[in-house]
Amino acid sequence: MGKVNQLSVFLENKSGRLARVTKVLGENDINIRALSIADTTDFGILRIIVNQPKEAYNILKSEGFVVTETDVIAVCIPDRPGGLGQVLAVLEQEQINIEYLYAFVGNTNTKNALVIFRVEDCDKAVDVLKTHGVQVVSGDKVYTM
Amino acid sequence: MIWDRKNECMDREQMRNLQSERLVSVIQRVYDKVPFYRQLFQQEEIEPGDIKGVEDLSKLPFTTKDALRDNYPFGLFAEPMNKIVRVHASSGTTGKPIVVGYTKKDLDTWAELIARIVSQAGVTEDDVVQICFGYGLFTGGFGLHYGLEKLGTTIIPASVGNTRRQIMLMEDFGTTALVSTPSYALYMAEVVHELGIDLGKLKLRLGLFGAEPWSESMREQIQSKWGITATDNYGLSEIIGPGVSGECLEFKGLHISEDHFIPEIIDSETGEPLGFGETGELVFTTLTKEGFPVIRYRTKDISILWDDPCACGRTTARMKKVTGRTDDMLIIRGVNVFPSQIESVLMEIKGLAPIYQIIVDRKGHLDNMEVQVELEKDMFTGSFRDLEAMENKIRGKLNSVLSIDVRVKLVEPKSIERSEGKAKRVIDKRNL
Repeated sequence: MGKVNQLSVFLENKSGRLARVTKVLGENDINIRALSIADTTDFGILRIIVNQPKEAYNILKSEGFVVTETDVIAVCIPDRPGGLGQVLAVLEQEQINIEYLYAFVGNTNTKNALVIFRVEDCDKAVDVLKTHGVQVVSGDKVYTM
Repeated sequence: MIWDRKNECMDREQMRNLQSERLVSVIQRVYDKVPFYRQLFQQEEIEPGDIKGVEDLSKLPFTTKDALRDNYPFGLFAEPMNKIVRVHASSGTTGKPIVVGYTKKDLDTWAELIARIVSQAGVTEDDVVQICFGYGLFTGGFGLHYGLEKLGTTIIPASVGNTRRQIMLMEDFGTTALVSTPSYALYMAEVVHELGIDLGKLKLRLGLFGAEPWSESMREQIQSKWGITATDNYGLSEIIGPGVSGECLEFKGLHISEDHFIPEIIDSETGEPLGFGETGELVFTTLTKEGFPVIRYRTKDISILWDDPCACGRTTARMKKVTGRTDDMLIIRGVNVFPSQIESVLMEIKGLAPIYQIIVDRKGHLDNMEVQVELEKDMFTGSFRDLEAMENKIRGKLNSVLSIDVRVKLVEPKSIERSEGKAKRVIDKRNL
């Protein structure tokens, strides 16, 4: 346990595509918890974590989007200088490669930031991080945060 | 200057007789030496003896690019390989090119033809000519080279690419005549301007352009940007390469060397010959070629033929500048590209939907080709690297088949417009 279900959506770089995704999700009462976009001049990949991943996946698919589910891990990091560095040091030491990561700062009273990692081996990463005392947040918690 | 007054200014009746005599001989030759033509004639129940002169030409069947492709590589050569001294090639409709062969005599003929067209474009032995065509399987570089050498010009065999260096050569070597594609000439003009070079200090006075269609407005642009006289020349490797025809300084069409080629204009739907002044598909029969003679070859280029006398003194028939095609062949930076070549590359790659579109544009003065292809839904892994690897794979394969750089863009499924009838695969935004 500890893995989070992220949706990746292929988007052509043309106006209105992102708006269309968010509109479809909104109309179906799907709430976006975290998002990130990586893009080239031609295309982008939207990565989102939502409150109801399965439903969102089916809805996007039926609306004709190219969407896939990806396992990622969510890590709770103290929101202070050096917080992220400690986690990265652990992953480097254990030779776990990071494909990408993105972060969002939680609500102001928790003093914690949530960082989403996509790594080659999710299960191993979760074990390693837990062993080193890093707080890995389960999917259920992230979806309902 | 008229290079070969005897043949270029021949009385038309006399020319017709010469053509008839040569036609009879070439028909016998292909019948004897090329199994493909013998079978073709037999199918149509034609004996070489049935062809007594130009008036019998329309009895003969056409030769198409498909026939050339089916006989890849050397099947249509009319001389044994030890008589063939050079081969050239151009794009076919699929992965394999069309290969043509030349004997020593063919190379002499070719050089003569080039000497004619460059002379009529105003080039003399005093000129310093920079050839910015590729030297290789493409006929452009070598073709122009030997003809210009025959005329006695000073040649700078600059070949293609490295525009700044081209301009440096032009400045330092005092180039007076430029041989290139018209779009490259415009691009060079832009770079000259960016470099802040004073055009008044360059000695360039003539431009001989070919290998791609270009409009009258493009001619005006080239002439005004460079301050030169720009002429068009035409050819295709299946016939001989450049040198089939070229403009004289009257700009009333391109003179065809009729002592070597018989031009016809046909209705591309029915195959019926059309008269002078009528628009249709150009067809050529070679009269003197030894290595690779072709009979009634359908070029798929659209043009008009004229036979009225030209003020330059030449009596040969002229063809209108080619501006269109009867098929979907594209000419990108002087390279022939068939959508079918692109399709066959895409079909070989897993994970792509068979839905694509080719978008051709002219940015600045260079042609750009973008291939948009729909991603197959199930192939999306969510990984950026996988998508980029896919784009690079397509680009690499297209590059090796087409020999030009192509932009590849993966698009979402169903984003390319569907049409009820024939799919619209090519969007050509160039104003040719």
